Amino acid sequence: MAYLIEGDTGPWEIVVGLEVHAQVVSNAKLFSGAATAFGADPNSQVSFVDAAFPGMLPVINEICVEQAVRTGLGLKAQINLESVFARKNYFYADLPQGYQISQYEKPLVGEGQVIVDLNDGRSTVVGIERLHVEQDAGKSMHDQHPTKSCIDLNRSGVALMEIVSRPDIRSPDEAGAYLRKLRSILRYLGTCDGNMEEGSMRADVNVSVRKSGEEYRTRCEIKNVNSVRFVMQAIEVEARRQIELYESGGTVLQETRLFDPGRGETRSMRSKEHAHDYRYFPDPDLLPLKLSPDFVAQIKASLPELPDEKKDRFVRDFGLTPYDAGVLVVDRASADFFESVAKGRDSKLAANWVMGDLFGALNSTGKTIDTSPVSAAHLGELIDLITDGTLSGRLAKDVFALMVESGKAPSVLVEEKGLKQVTDTGAIETVIDQVMAANADKVAEYRSGKDKLFGFFVGQVMKASGGKANPGLVNDLLKSKLAG
Amino acid sequence: MSDVTRLTMTEALALLNKGEVTSVDLTKAHLAGMESARNLNAYITETPEKALAMAGESDKRRKAGQTGLLEGIPLAIKDLFCTEGVQTTAGSHILEGFKPAYESSVTTNLWNQGAVMLGKANLDEFAMGSSNMTSYYGAVKNPWKRQGDDRDLVPGGSSGGSAAAVAACLAMGATGTDTGGSIRQPAAFCGIVGIKPTYGRCSRFGIVAFASSLDQAGPMTRTVADAALMLKAMAGHDPKDSTSAPQSVPDFTKSVGASIKGLKVGVPKEYKPDGLSAEIIGAWDKGLAWLKEAGAEIVEVSLPHTKYALATYYIVAPAEASSNLARYDGVRFGLRVPGNSLDEMYMKTRAEGFGREVKRRILIGTYVLSAGYYDAYYAKAQKLRTLIASDFRQAFERADVLLTPTAPTPAFGLGENLDDPITMYLNDVFTIPTSLAGLPGLSLPVGLSSDGLPLGLQLIGRPFDEETVFKAAHVMETAAQFKRWEAR
Repeated sequence: MAYLIEGDTGPWEIVVGLEVHAQVVSNAKLFSGAATAFGADPNSQVSFVDAAFPGMLPVINEICVEQAVRTGLGLKAQINLESVFARKNYFYADLPQGYQISQYEKPLVGEGQVIVDLNDGRSTVVGIERLHVEQDAGKSMHDQHPTKSCIDLNRSGVALMEIVSRPDIRSPDEAGAYLRKLRSILRYLGTCDGNMEEGSMRADVNVSVRKSGEEYRTRCEIKNVNSVRFVMQAIEVEARRQIELYESGGTVLQETRLFDPGRGETRSMRSKEHAHDYRYFPDPDLLPLKLSPDFVAQIKASLPELPDEKKDRFVRDFGLTPYDAGVLVVDRASADFFESVAKGRDSKLAANWVMGDLFGALNSTGKTIDTSPVSAAHLGELIDLITDGTLSGRLAKDVFALMVESGKAPSVLVEEKGLKQVTDTGAIETVIDQVMAANADKVAEYRSGKDKLFGFFVGQVMKASGGKANPGLVNDLLKSKLAG
Repeated sequence: MSDVTRLTMTEALALLNKGEVTSVDLTKAHLAGMESARNLNAYITETPEKALAMAGESDKRRKAGQTGLLEGIPLAIKDLFCTEGVQTTAGSHILEGFKPAYESSVTTNLWNQGAVMLGKANLDEFAMGSSNMTSYYGAVKNPWKRQGDDRDLVPGGSSGGSAAAVAACLAMGATGTDTGGSIRQPAAFCGIVGIKPTYGRCSRFGIVAFASSLDQAGPMTRTVADAALMLKAMAGHDPKDSTSAPQSVPDFTKSVGASIKGLKVGVPKEYKPDGLSAEIIGAWDKGLAWLKEAGAEIVEVSLPHTKYALATYYIVAPAEASSNLARYDGVRFGLRVPGNSLDEMYMKTRAEGFGREVKRRILIGTYVLSAGYYDAYYAKAQKLRTLIASDFRQAFERADVLLTPTAPTPAFGLGENLDDPITMYLNDVFTIPTSLAGLPGLSLPVGLSSDGLPLGLQLIGRPFDEETVFKAAHVMETAAQFKRWEAR
């Protein structure tokens, strides 16, 4: 079902393209040796290059190039063996050089695509227009001093990848799903940590609306939105603003806007006199970036299995539903966890335990798969105990709860708490005999045709055994004993 | 001993080796000379204490048997090179008081080879000028004067302080930088040798940038042999400059004195514009005759796009400069003039910090890069630059080295040519094409004008073939016998 916004003049379609700025995972900055760790003291990770002192020159960090190429390959995109760094010129206090070194006419990565899985189980493809590498600016802080602004240059010069999508997104949900999928791919590749709250991933959102079948109308760019939820909200809010404008006879101006989540509105960011002419030109301090086909081939050979391929494999090899497989592959750690639990075991059972009990427990304890108190080996062992009949399904749930609490192996817990299922037929027969003796009247009723009492006997036997009797054995033995 | 400041570096090194003179002696003599010649305004900052300390260290090293290529030789450093702990102004008010916490790669190389720093030489502001009159720290006077005329002359620019210091024996050599002629034209005006090596030969790291794709450091000395020696000490690949060439540095001194028999010397026919003075043409012909006498063959070559070179340069260089100079914003170093907002602070700081010529070039550069004009100016200029470089490539199929005048006139008077920037820009008409093509160009003095001023000729070589340039230069130097500083 297409997502449409109903206006006074009928339904409107929305058109969205995203420019995602993803911070490259690297120890050093794009053009200097300064460190990039998050949360360091202000201006403690700044070289003379980052602060643009006179005579300083940029030198490209090969690791950042490698990461960007890896990302391009992960997005199934064309890698340009020759690309050019260009200067984007503008003045701001947190931009020491007075220009940002970016890429303009010749980006490192060309067209690619992202397959986006939607909540209703459908998939859609969002085209990637380009990916280029650029420097981040510093950070201006206007709340540290009554009359002055403070500048932190720790981010200045940190490598970013700007990943530009085609305007292929048609709903806030699709935008959210695209961002989550992109983040998942970047994390699989290890090229961006995807932490939007730390600013390692930010999105500029281009939004326009149109009537079905029309050409694109004027778009507005909402700058620097820093969570998936806000991106989705901003799209909806901005689309509604544009529709209202059109329907009240106005026109939409192409401009840069800011999203205010508190007020739930977007507002214009720059006034006309600051309209920027960035005066892009090739940076004469840097030669064109030339890559050998071998360099690219080596990176390609080292790519990990990505979510789409993993999902297909889970469906194919483990017989999972596409939905289950999709949930499991969102992050690599969960997928790896599942795979290690499922290996050599009933994969459906493994999927149920991982997605149901484990994810539930992690959710309620505020932990992640990496800090899970239950290891993949322990969960696998628990499943083995169920499969070999040592634990009943019910007992297994109890053991699992104890595992979450204690982090101990299920075998240890079974031993400690004496939770082992009773499979000794003699012991179960003794219990059955006791139950039958204590309920002679019910036995007589059963034998006279009241079959429904069978459940009563099962319950009594289980209760008397403290829940440890193997339910299958109880059924079989009870049936033959009651039959007389 | 006679005045040691008159020695060439080669002569001084011989005396140092024999123990007849120490680096401290040389340095003291130069410091004394600098003090008595302050009226030339060749230095912005003198560093006598540092100089004596460095000289003392050098003498110790020499005693211990550790001698670099320039061990104990006192030099002037153009104030465009960042020098650790020593004020580096680029000739601008906006960098007044700026003391870098780092050293340029070229000066690091020089110190590693034992050279001694006397001080920081005056220059046109941000190396933009051909007269040294745009310096915030005052104009430099050429040590030369016209015969029977006491009026002061310019030393040329932008490396005017360096050229004047070397010509007046206030340093044995000096670093210069050349973007469109800033080493060669002042060398010609002051009667010394100056070479702009191939782009990429010397590291630009730590040199205040004017136009990154053109800027190149080089030596300014009194002899060809000294230039060869000093370039050897300065040059070399530097991983801190992405445009520095990963080329090994030949021993340029071996070219000095080598035969040029069979060498083909090209004469570009486009370098004889109408109105070029008979004196300049005379000097040029004399130079060709010397080379021919030494066994070279003279061939005419054509550089058809020469007429576009000046216009191309005055688009490319200001475009890069407008961006390179954006960092002088009052935020982190140098001058800050407070304002009520960030924009006001920028405007006040840059209005007060930059001089007229720098502002003119920032305006030109900003204009040619702006939306709607980029294709008409910058993109077109880049295409022309390619054509100009290809002109030279073709000329070098016929010739091994080219000989041209360095500048269309000898030194002009202080204060002249200031009203009309175009006339000033024309000073570099013979040097700019070489810069655009990234080729090595050397200027050497070959004689005097009728009113007694030095005239320079320029030798242009193939990329990274400074050796051929030095060979031909030495032949001409020997023939010219231009050693006027000895008598001065």
